[in-house]
Amino acid sequence: MNSLLLNILTDRVQIIAATGSAGLLFVIIRLIQKRRLREEYALLWIAVSILFAVISFFTPLLEMLAKLAGIIYAPSALLLFLCIGIILILIHYSIVISRLSDQNKKLIQDLALLKNRLGIGYEQEKP
Amino acid sequence: MKNMPKICIVVPAYNEEANIASVIGSLKTCNPEFTVVVVNDGSSDRTGRVAESTNQAVVLNLPCNLGIGGGVQTGFRFAAQNGFDIAVQFDGDGQHIAEEIQKILSPILGGTADVVIGSRFIDHGQAGFKSTGMRRIGIRIFSILNSIIVKQKITDNTSGFRAYNREAFCMLARYYSADYPEPEAVILLGKNGFRMQEVAVEMRARQGGTSSIHGLKSAYYMFKVITSILITAIRPLVKRETLK
Repeated sequence: MNSLLLNILTDRVQIIAATGSAGLLFVIIRLIQKRRLREEYALLWIAVSILFAVISFFTPLLEMLAKLAGIIYAPSALLLFLCIGIILILIHYSIVISRLSDQNKKLIQDLALLKNRLGIGYEQEKP
Repeated sequence: MKNMPKICIVVPAYNEEANIASVIGSLKTCNPEFTVVVVNDGSSDRTGRVAESTNQAVVLNLPCNLGIGGGVQTGFRFAAQNGFDIAVQFDGDGQHIAEEIQKILSPILGGTADVVIGSRFIDHGQAGFKSTGMRRIGIRIFSILNSIIVKQKITDNTSGFRAYNREAFCMLARYYSADYPEPEAVILLGKNGFRMQEVAVEMRARQGGTSSIHGLKSAYYMFKVITSILITAIRPLVKRETLK
């Protein structure tokens, strides 16, 4: 009786995880389709949601991975993988933001240097 | 006879409309040959306009505020692009004294240093402004940290009163962080074999406006700068032959 209850609970966690990751994948692909998200920034999202969908659909795979990681209760391994995925995505974003702010700094400096070279002073700019 | 070296005075200014005109005036009075480059770091007041109206300075108006490092770096890039031999960083808030520039220039002109830092802490007999309590503790921490890493005692790592020869400012034109760059620049320069020297200078307490670092910001400042110092210490060396 107890193990049956456990099974249902386990399944439910996995059903939620599988639906969630399939839904995430769908949303990401829709966003790319509408050009609101560029592919290079979505690659990690796609990879994470596919991986997550796969391990939540195939219980034996999840159980094997959980065993490898020394986790007794398999569904909690889902949480671990989710955390790893999110951390990777966040690091990726920090890299992208750093690059953007470097480029932004260079552009701001170039703009000021160029305006000077062209003799565009404060007065001409804001009459 | 050798030509006079071209000297560029880089003056970062953020909301310094009250001080900027007199700063430019004092620099030009001190030596009319100086090219004064005011970097107006996206000020919300009339700093850019006031600086331009003196007709004695090149004014670089940044469209957004980059922070002191990003501003000063713009000046270094200007100096690099326009063939200057020496760049002097001189704050736009009036705390540095134009007559002291000769002191920080002479080791470079004499060829005994690549970088000269104007220090408030070398000559203890000297009067003048030395910064306030907590701030001095922070400055002391940088001094110890930097002395260990570059194996040279630098007493005033946060000083923004510095002179660089061409090779040095060309490196900083490429590598200089946007906010609070001074202490880590010491590491970058020292590690890459630039000869640094400190000379005693006087500084004034600020004449107008407010300092950019206070309260919680100082905790962030310490954390950011110490992290940057340590990271700079473990970065690979810059290829110096590619600089000039």
